[in-house]
Amino acid sequence: MTVGQDAGGPVPAARVRGMLARPEIGALIGALVVFVFFASLSEVFRSPAGIANWLDPASTLGIMAVAVAALMIGGEFDLSAGVMTGSTAIVTGLVATRLGWNIWLAIGVSLLFAVLVGFLNGYLVMRTGLPSFIITLGSFLMLQGLNLGVTKLLTGTVLIRGLADVPGYHSASMVFASTVSVFGGAFRVSVLWWIGLTLLAVYVLRRTSFGNWVFSVGGDVRAARNVGVPVVRTKITLFVTTAVAAWLVGTITILRLTSIQANSGIGQELIYIVAAVIGGCLLTGGYGSAAGATLGALIFGMVSQGIVYVGWDADWFKFFLGAMLLVAVLTNQFVRRYAEEAKR
Amino acid sequence: MSPLLEVRGIGKRFGSVVALAEVSTQVSAGTVTCVLGDNGAGKSTLIKILSGAHRHDGGEYLIDGDPVRLSSPRAALDLGIATVYQDLAMVPLMPVWRNFFLGSEPTKGRGPLRRLDVAHAKEVTRRELLDMGIRLRDPEQPVGTLSGGERQSVAIARAVHFGARVLILDEPTSALGVKQAGVVLRYIVRARQRGLGVIFITHNPHHAYPVGDRFLVLKRGRSIGEYGKADITVEELTRLMAGGAELEQLGHELAGYGDVTALDGPVKSEDEQP
Repeated sequence: MTVGQDAGGPVPAARVRGMLARPEIGALIGALVVFVFFASLSEVFRSPAGIANWLDPASTLGIMAVAVAALMIGGEFDLSAGVMTGSTAIVTGLVATRLGWNIWLAIGVSLLFAVLVGFLNGYLVMRTGLPSFIITLGSFLMLQGLNLGVTKLLTGTVLIRGLADVPGYHSASMVFASTVSVFGGAFRVSVLWWIGLTLLAVYVLRRTSFGNWVFSVGGDVRAARNVGVPVVRTKITLFVTTAVAAWLVGTITILRLTSIQANSGIGQELIYIVAAVIGGCLLTGGYGSAAGATLGALIFGMVSQGIVYVGWDADWFKFFLGAMLLVAVLTNQFVRRYAEEAKR
Repeated sequence: MSPLLEVRGIGKRFGSVVALAEVSTQVSAGTVTCVLGDNGAGKSTLIKILSGAHRHDGGEYLIDGDPVRLSSPRAALDLGIATVYQDLAMVPLMPVWRNFFLGSEPTKGRGPLRRLDVAHAKEVTRRELLDMGIRLRDPEQPVGTLSGGERQSVAIARAVHFGARVLILDEPTSALGVKQAGVVLRYIVRARQRGLGVIFITHNPHHAYPVGDRFLVLKRGRSIGEYGKADITVEELTRLMAGGAELEQLGHELAGYGDVTALDGPVKSEDEQP
């Protein structure tokens, strides 16, 4: 790993650097430790039914964490990602139940809505040069208000229900909300969506020009611009991707429940960021991994259900999550110093 | 054979301020032309004209013997004139090979299957850097782990790979320590050996002299002389740059300060004693 000129360079350190060069290594070790820990304490945890149970929360979180991780690698945040899972479901619900449209059309309208919101987020961030943290905090609060306001206005309650009676519900439900039985465990189809999206994101980030651009706009936006990377297009695409991931989760949620609460998804945005950071993403951008974010979501799923299986008070979950986050951030900090260390 | 790049009596004014006037020089394939001068001598104006960032408003700018007016750095690049700036276009956290091809990634496959040709990119990076004398054991190494001199060299190698015939190096050694500056100077010689024309901008005659073939000295926007290597020594070059007499006076002044400091020393330390 050293360069010809510095033959006397530190070799053991180089080996360590090689290992740490993979951002998801910490999350992988973490996931293994958590699995072994709960699997040894609880028989249910390691049974197919138990696995299906903890993969479920991991899947919807994982879909979001992967998109949010890509956005963070690109150097931006999206605080509206959580509320958007609610907003998109509400759009689907309202179009389907109020207008009586086929559910597939309603899902299509909701997808257009997601693309529009993602584009606006990205466009405003790029146009104003303000931190995405503030811009998307604005859109987060606006959407939160809209979700409640519009839902109450049109339904008189804070709940949209009756999706099961809408034409097309059955087929849509098959695609987004069915369960598959494997070895006696009822696995949610969302797990397949999650795995598919993770593979796609890993491929795009590591093996396409666009992926190269994502890392560069997050790592050093001026350098990226200098060598001709389409910075604005890259970042706006990432915001749109995040909104579309929220649309997928929103669609899965509303089809599962056949109803949607107006406050759905709020507060989740930080959990997505936590999963991405546990997976090795730097808060400063330019470094991270989609596979890591997925492992972060997996840890989240295992702990949230595992604590219940071993009979502990669920209150400990948040404490554990916070501790994981701190350890991850400290590790990431160390890794980045190491990677950026210049031998001047 | 006409030189790769030549300027004849070139000039640039910003409003009523004359930034550059009547400057002539040239660079041929396989030679290094050094542009020397103190801060404010007009070096950056000259580079900006050469690299296409500014348009000249007097004299002639010829590439391959043909007069040109460059509209943008992109236009210069298309003619093979590449500028490597002091603040490099590199992303520290990204691997060397990804940086090397950033913005011009080689791909294979088509449609949705269009993907990075990773093996090719790594191989080319390794080979191009080897040609510059950098032996890279792992192209996955982040650029941030390279030394300042090596990063300069990666930037140079990248410019060469993407078709540069003339390299304009803007103060590549100024931010570097003695050893690292030596690394960069070695790469300048390599680039020359590979048949590139190099324009090396610096304010350090000790960096310029060992690698240069021609020396253009600028002062307050005007040329105060252009010399072949045989016509000048490094001492004369230094004197010329600093304006001989001024440097001697400065020398006397500094010697004077030296005495004063020697007298100050003990007084200060007495004060510090309780």
